[in-house]
This record gives sequence, C-alpha cells and structure tokens, in this order.
Amino acid sequence: MTEQLVIYPLITQMLLAIVLMFFWSRIQWQRVVSILGSLINLGVAVWLFVTVWQGGTLSIQAGNWEAPFGITFVADTFSATLVLLTSIAGVAVSSFSAGSVIPARLKFGFFPIFHFLLLGLNGAFLTGDIFNLYVWFEIIIITSFVLLTIGGEKAQLEGAVKYFTLNILASIVFLTAIAVLYGLTGSLNMADLASKVAAVENRTLVQVNALLFLVGFGIKSALFPLYFWLPASYHTPPSAVSAIFGGLLTKVGVYALIRVFTLIFEVDPFLENVLLAVAVLTLFSGAVGAIVQNNIRKIFSYLVICHIGYMIAGLGMMTEMAITGAIFYLIHDIMVKTNLFMMSGVIYKIKANHNIRKLGDFYADHPKLSLLFAIPLFSLVGIPPLSGFWPKLSLISEGWNTDNFIVIAAIIFASFITLFVIVKLWGEVFWKTGEKLPEVRNFPYFNKLTGIKKAQMLAPIIFLSVVSLYLGFGAGNIQNLAERIAFELMDNQEYINTVLSK
Amino acid sequence: MEVLLAIMVGTLYASGIYMILRRSLVKLIIGIILLGNGANLLIFLLGRIAKGSPPIIPGDSKVFLEAYSDPLPQALILTAIVISFGLQSFAIVLVKRAHKVLKTDDLDEMNATDEYS
Repeated sequence: MTEQLVIYPLITQMLLAIVLMFFWSRIQWQRVVSILGSLINLGVAVWLFVTVWQGGTLSIQAGNWEAPFGITFVADTFSATLVLLTSIAGVAVSSFSAGSVIPARLKFGFFPIFHFLLLGLNGAFLTGDIFNLYVWFEIIIITSFVLLTIGGEKAQLEGAVKYFTLNILASIVFLTAIAVLYGLTGSLNMADLASKVAAVENRTLVQVNALLFLVGFGIKSALFPLYFWLPASYHTPPSAVSAIFGGLLTKVGVYALIRVFTLIFEVDPFLENVLLAVAVLTLFSGAVGAIVQNNIRKIFSYLVICHIGYMIAGLGMMTEMAITGAIFYLIHDIMVKTNLFMMSGVIYKIKANHNIRKLGDFYADHPKLSLLFAIPLFSLVGIPPLSGFWPKLSLISEGWNTDNFIVIAAIIFASFITLFVIVKLWGEVFWKTGEKLPEVRNFPYFNKLTGIKKAQMLAPIIFLSVVSLYLGFGAGNIQNLAERIAFELMDNQEYINTVLSK
Repeated sequence: MEVLLAIMVGTLYASGIYMILRRSLVKLIIGIILLGNGANLLIFLLGRIAKGSPPIIPGDSKVFLEAYSDPLPQALILTAIVISFGLQSFAIVLVKRAHKVLKTDDLDEMNATDEYS
C-alpha cells in the first residue's frame, strides 16, 4: 500500500492543473486554488519524505509489469528530498505569482501551465526509467517554453528562440544517447542498466555514450561551454517564472547527471577529469560573467551558472564526502536562487527598473525589506553560519584530500567573486543615493497594490528566508540527510534491489 | 539494410546540424526537424533490425519459438515522434510570432537580450 505513495506527488499536481483549467477565465479563483493545492502538494511531499526516511526506498511498477519490463517509479532519499524541495519552491512561487503576475498573463493559463511544470519536475525526480526521464524532460521544456513566452514581449520572444533551440538540441542529444544505450544493453530501466552497462565489453562505446549523456544534461544544467541560452533568456519572463526556472530547471539537469553517473556509468579517470575541468570552467565563466552585468536578473542568471560548478565539482571528485557537499549545495541553491529572483521581482515592482546603476536608496526607503533581502543575498555568498558555507567547506576539504588543488582554487575564486558581486549589488541598490527614476505610466507599483497582494509577494520570501536560515543554523540535520543520500548513491545496491524486487 | 540506414542517420544528423547553424529562423526549424527524424531512425537502427514474426507468443507456449522483432524501439519512436511533433508545432508558432514582433528572420539581429546593459 505504501508503494502507491510514490506517485501521489504526481497525481496531486496533475489534478491541480486539471482543476485549474476549469477556472480558465476566473483568475481570482485560480489564485486561491493554486495556493491551496500547492500546500496540499507540500503535505504529500512531506509525507513521502518522512516515509522514505523511515522505511527506505520505495518503488512502484506501472501496471504491475515487473521491472525491467515496465516503467518504474522510485523514491529513494535523493528523489524524495528533491520532490520536497520542489514542493517548497512550488508553494512559494505559487503565492508569489498570485501577487505579482499581471492579470493579462494569468488569463493565458499561467497557473495550469505552472503546475504542469511542477508535475514534470516531480516526474523527472521520481522516475526510474531512462526513456521515461526523457518524456518528463519534454514535459518540463514544453511547459517552460509557454511560461517563457507568455505575454509575448519582444525580449521574451528573442530569449525564447535561443532557449528553445538549445533545449531541443539537448533533448535530441539525450535521445541519441538513449538509443545508443538501448543498442548496447537492450534495457531502459536504470536499476537494470547499472549491471548491464558494467558488463558491456566495448568500453570505448560506453565512454562515448556517457559523454553524450554529459552533453545532453550539460546543456540543461548550463555547464561551461553549453550555457549561452541561460543568460539570454532567464531575465526576460516575469520574476515569478524566473524564480522557478532559476531555482529548479537547471537543477533537474544536475539531478540527472548525479543519478546517471552514480548509478549507470562508472566514473573512470577520463570522465572524472572532464567533469572537473567543466566544473572549474563553469565556476570561472559564471563568476566573471556576473561581474560585468548591470541588470539584477542578469547578475543572478550568471550566478546560477557559476554555482552549478560547485555541484559538478562535487560529482567529479566522486568520493562520498564530495557528493555530500554537492547534495547539500543543491538543497541550499534551490532555496536561495528561487528566493533571489522573487526578491528581484519585488525590487522591480517598487522601482520599475532592473538596472543597478539607476537603482538606489533602497535601504533608506525600505529598511525592513532590506534586512529581509539581506538573508538570501548573504546565504548565497555563504557567510559562515548561513547555508552556503557548509557545503563549500566539505567540497574544499574533500578537494584537499584528493589533491584537486585547481578545484579548490576555482571554488575559492568563485566564492570570492560572488561576494564581490553581492557587495557591489548591495552598495548600488541598497546604500547608494539613487537618481530620480521617471514615473512609468500604468505600472502596478508596489505601494499601489492591495494589502493581500503585498502579503502574497512578501510571505514566500520570508518563508524561503526562514528555510535558508534553518539550512544554515540546522546544518547538522541537513548534513546528516546529505550524507545519507551520498551513501545511498555510492552504494546503490538498495536502490537496485528495491526496483528489481530481489 | 543496416549500412543504408546508418548512412541515412548520418546524413540526417549532418544536414540537421548544418541547417541549425544557418542564420535564418526557418532553416533553424528545418534543422530541428531533420535532427529529430535522425534520432528516431537511430533508435530504430539500434533496436536491432530482425526479419522475424510479430512479437506475439502463441497461447500454448510460454516463450518465443522463432526469431521475433523487438516491439520496444517502435514504441519509443512513436513516443518520440509525438513529442517532437508537438515541439515542432510550438516552434513554428513561436517563429511566426517572433517574426511578426521582431520584423526579422535573421538570428544575428536578435541579440538585444545578450547586450550588455
């Protein structure tokens, strides 16, 4: 009976999206239903997480077709944690979009599409079948296309062309990789592939196949040479959309990379070098890109790229401790990046501008809000008790143990540049005496909004800030969680046994 | 047959990538369509082409008695075709709209979002 629980997060999101379609033109109802439904989904995700934490990995076979023949859904601690994080970000962004997205966009079905996106994310985290993973990825990208273009502004369409070209290319590379994998092993079930790939004699072909997966997922997670679509598109949609994109979409690629390279492919020295080189270059290029930008959301977009490097560095080192660091960083990054983009949305609503050179006076005008915004900003940098600090510590110490000094240098460099960028942003936006910005006509300024809308926009930021603070001050618990996930990933026998019901 | 299909897959991938690298939006879409078909054909090819009977087990036995053709690649291709069909139709609508708003077909002129601001 408890096995059924694995697909509940999918069912709640799908039902929610379908119910929302019945309220297509009644926006007020959509707002209420979306927030309530997201809360229900959060409850289900917590339930799944607690069950998996206490009882170990769960799996369900669609239509009772025994693995490896049917489609499998698996929830191990890694999947359950990511579903939980998705639901937390989902509640936050649902409430934030209820307050901030303009009615014209909501009328084009913003909320149903948003929940289909969350459905795709949950599906990608829970599936145990590599082709099914491809299908969930397609659900994610088609919904993200719609969210990206909704409203149809000039910049949005331009960003969307780049976003969609590279994402479709990534899907095709992924599909090619699946085809080669099927040709090599004759199986698609990830647990089954683990033993079958190890038995393939032509190792060169396996390596090429692994690289194809690396390229496919690398485009999605915005790794070094493949990230150019991200800064071109992430700053164009409404801030609520940027928040869910920046928080979760690139992390699905990271999830898939970690899953594929711990379960299916063995990381040999060659692949390890590729991963570490890519991680170092991602850290460098993301950090350097963030320095020169003046648009708040573009700065955050480059920081999204930069911080993917930490997780890939952890994966590349491939020790249990390094994976622990990568997982902790993943948990921290989802919460903080979602929060940052929502924060930039509030700043935009107040000042009607995204350019940090033109903004200013924020601390003088809104001291309480500034203090609130300081929490995600400084969590991102990782000032010691806050959440970014602990995973970096484990990554650096593990780099020291495995003699990867270039990786350590890159991590420290990227942290330093992040600090520099955030301090610059803080100085420009919050402390500087700003110029008088011209009043934009018909712009929904923050102080003209109703109290409910203000609450809908600020409550999720407070909520995620509290979560971030917990990640920092309760780091012991999160470290335990990350260690258990890393242990399960490195020693994947439990996963395989549960799926194949040995 | 395999060699012919392999050459076909290679040609589709090569021409698809060539078309994606052009500057015109319409050629970009053609490139994506070619690449998608190349990938589908590759699944078909790598699922082992066997001239066998359909994969149906007679009622009185438990295993396949003669060579059979694998149904799974066909199911995969079917799924992939449907998905790429949906994506392509979205892409065509997007390109039409982008052309209407931006008044250009040239990808090199669409660089406002990359500009330093």
